[in-house]
Amino acid sequence: MSDSAETNAAGKSPARFTIKVIGVGGAGGNAVEHMASAGLEGLAFAAINTDAQALSQLTVGKKMQLGEKTTRGLGAGGDPDVGRAAAEADAAALKKLCAGADIIFIVTGLGGGTGTGASPVLARTAKETGALVLGLATLPFEFEGARRHQQAQQGLEQLKGAADGVICLPNQKILKFVDERATVEETFRVANELLSHGVRGIARMLTRAGLINVDFADLCAVLRGRHAESACAVAEAAGPHRAREVVEKLTASPLLDAGQALAGAGALLVSIEGGPDMSMADVTHVMDHLNRQCDNVQIKFAAAVDASLAGRLSVTVIASRRHARVDAVAADKLETTFLTPAEAARPAARLVPPPPELTAERAGQLLQQHGGGGRTRPRAGKPQQAQLPLEIISKGRFDKSEPTLHQGEDLDYPTYSRRGMALN
Amino acid sequence: MFDSPSIIAGLEIGTSKVCAVVGEENESGALTIIGLGQAPSRGVRKGEIVDFELAAEDIRTAVAEAEQMADVEIRRVYLGVTGSHLRGLNNRGYHPVASVDREITADDVQDVMRNAKAVSLPPDHSVVHTVRQHFLVDGQGGIQNPVGMLGARVEVDVHVIHGVRNRLQNALRTVKGLQIEVEEVCFNGLASAMAVLNSEHKELGALVIDLGAGATEYVVHANGIVKHSGVIAVGGDHISNDLALGLKVSLGRAEQLKIEHGNAIHDDGVRGQTLTLNSPSGLIEKTINLEHLRRIMAARVEETFELIAQALEKEGFSDCLRAGVFLCGGGAHIPRIKELAGEIFDLPVSLATAGSLSGTTAALDQPEFCTGIGLVKFGSMQARGRTRGGRGFFNLRGALGSWLGRR
Ligand SMILES: Nc1nc2c(ncn2[C@@H]2O[C@H](COP(=O)(O)OP(=O)(O)O)[C@@H](O)[C@H]2O)c(=O)[nH]1
Ligand SMILES: Nc1ncnc2c1ncn2[C@@H]1O[C@H](COP(=O)(O)OP(=O)(O)O)[C@@H](O)[C@H]1O
Ligand SMILES: [Mg+2]
Ligand SMILES: [Mg+2]
Repeated sequence: MSDSAETNAAGKSPARFTIKVIGVGGAGGNAVEHMASAGLEGLAFAAINTDAQALSQLTVGKKMQLGEKTTRGLGAGGDPDVGRAAAEADAAALKKLCAGADIIFIVTGLGGGTGTGASPVLARTAKETGALVLGLATLPFEFEGARRHQQAQQGLEQLKGAADGVICLPNQKILKFVDERATVEETFRVANELLSHGVRGIARMLTRAGLINVDFADLCAVLRGRHAESACAVAEAAGPHRAREVVEKLTASPLLDAGQALAGAGALLVSIEGGPDMSMADVTHVMDHLNRQCDNVQIKFAAAVDASLAGRLSVTVIASRRHARVDAVAADKLETTFLTPAEAARPAARLVPPPPELTAERAGQLLQQHGGGGRTRPRAGKPQQAQLPLEIISKGRFDKSEPTLHQGEDLDYPTYSRRGMALN
Repeated sequence: MFDSPSIIAGLEIGTSKVCAVVGEENESGALTIIGLGQAPSRGVRKGEIVDFELAAEDIRTAVAEAEQMADVEIRRVYLGVTGSHLRGLNNRGYHPVASVDREITADDVQDVMRNAKAVSLPPDHSVVHTVRQHFLVDGQGGIQNPVGMLGARVEVDVHVIHGVRNRLQNALRTVKGLQIEVEEVCFNGLASAMAVLNSEHKELGALVIDLGAGATEYVVHANGIVKHSGVIAVGGDHISNDLALGLKVSLGRAEQLKIEHGNAIHDDGVRGQTLTLNSPSGLIEKTINLEHLRRIMAARVEETFELIAQALEKEGFSDCLRAGVFLCGGGAHIPRIKELAGEIFDLPVSLATAGSLSGTTAALDQPEFCTGIGLVKFGSMQARGRTRGGRGFFNLRGALGSWLGRR
């Protein structure tokens, strides 16, 4: 990792950190919008997208359209190469967007075109400005299909290679938080809520002058260079049994794989916040239990008192996966000659090759294809952002059941949409 | 109280409800329904169990309720099965008559039946039913009992219903886990048809459609025999799901909208009309376009009927259904469903009830109980066939023994 962030950390008092939260793509924009409206204070929000329509529906302070000239504001069409080319075309503007921030959160939904393609570019650009860069990314639902998954995985690898750390929120896990009858919209709202908690938790952890502080270096030690995505969960409880309850919530959280993420954690960062009534017993209880959950891992922890939390206890946990196995797999895929001992000792994230450079020619080609090239994209009848793209919502409650196939047609998709009936 | 042989219980593990029905047969063979229990079904999707624990709980609840009402203990059930994996096919068995004088014997009949059952199935499939249709002697068909006739060659047509063994066993295992014996299994569609049709309907030709929550079953009878059967894993849940997605409401809300404002037919009468949904606190939550609701729903119901109509057309049954179409299952409650079916099948349509049984009080005479009541009727026929030592209508024993895993 660059030294700059650590220098930053050492050189400034926490309260004066500038934190920017940038949403990339449709999902990222919506999540950031949610955070802004949830009143996360002290953070600067921005949204970037190739899709002008989606951007126009956001109220966040700073909005930036990517690849405007070439995609004509029509979005990336689900193609990460287009998203990436658009971001690269606007690299200068992105740099300006990042300038002056100490920490940049990149919030995105991986799997589509813009978020997947543009986020790694943004992360690289942000790093160049000297900021600490954390990615918060959702991964597609299982039902979104193999292609989106593959795209998301590639995007994740690239983002991990470019950012200091990435925290992952697989959408599939969110299903465990919602009633099975919840609509996709409701499910996404929960996703946005969880992302929001994560950003808030981490931001507070870093900016709050506490009893016990964690700093950039601590956070980086947990997140960085591990070639494994981290998980983040936030839990809150009130009342006389708050310490026990908050631990129960955390160990039951789907985001931590019901405690398994703790057992398998390679590094752990815990931030405990409470009101002036928070006792040493509260803190000890939480730490003891988390300690017991994971074997042999050093836990960094922070504690802070906040008058607004009177009677309550709020705990943020960031756990990065132990990755010996993951590293081996990733290394396998690379040329073995690349793995000299010296190389191997370096943070694993550095073993991920940067995405192959797009040639100017190919970039132009891609942008042409999706934008000006004269071919009108089949967007006309397609629902806009408020309704999610059909391919995402289409099967509702039947997402997980065996498809009802009839002569090659999946009858689980609504009849009206298969028959192309317009509802307006 | 013990369940005497005259007590017969049917169990349908449906997608929307688990339903247990108890019948009592008197000495003269008259069947009376004396108990019915049901529980909302939580562990079933598209007619098949996906959550064994929940399903077991719901079965227990339904059975306990039926036991209480009938004041008997249910030890054994006739179990209904359905699911997209079930298939119906017609097969013909051949057999040369062995005796010198060419008189057909009971042995010949047994042999030809065995040959008819030797259908080549995918290796993971098992036969659920082999329903005898008719015998042919030297090519002459329509014979009910060929024993004693003269001929060189006897043949039999059968309707075979088969399905994936493991998936059939899921239901069986769950029931057995509750210490309830499964007497025999029966395809839900056949059970419903048994409850709904009398012998005249079967003779004239009738199509029974059971519109359930997770699956739609259909069975064709004509000339007194089962001609065709099928399952489409589409049902009321799909209507609700389509509404939830199309109207952007939760599934629970969609189900409610379907029941309160649904219709099988969309016409211009509702153009421009809207519904206002209120939240529990009385605040206006959302406005629903009634026209959209009707169009989304009509499209799904229409499609379901069309798929069945296409299947029947392919088999050439369109002209032999003189008693018409009988609709049962919860979907039969949909307003104007009769009218829609009439348009699509171009046949007379009746909303079915299981009224042909005595003891079916108005409360029980609901279309969604047809399968459960039909299972009791099926059980009574099978039991009678067994005690007489004769051949039952359905030739199940041999086929099932292997995977039913009993006796
Ligand atoms: N949390 C959240 N996730 C979303 C939302 N919309 C889409 N997603 C997820 O994000 C992925 C990328 O979608 P999207 O952001 O629209 O694509 P992009 O605009 O090309 O980046 C999808 O595959 C979904 O899994 C949303 O509103 N909120
Ligand atoms: N009035 C109605 N309008 C529309 N659908 C109805 C109505 N009443 C019941 N249904 C639907 O019928 C289905 C239940 O039918 P049922 O035969 O009990 O299903 P299963 O046997 O699969 O459990 C449910 O999908 C329910 O929504
Ligand atoms: Mg988008
Ligand atoms: Mg049913």
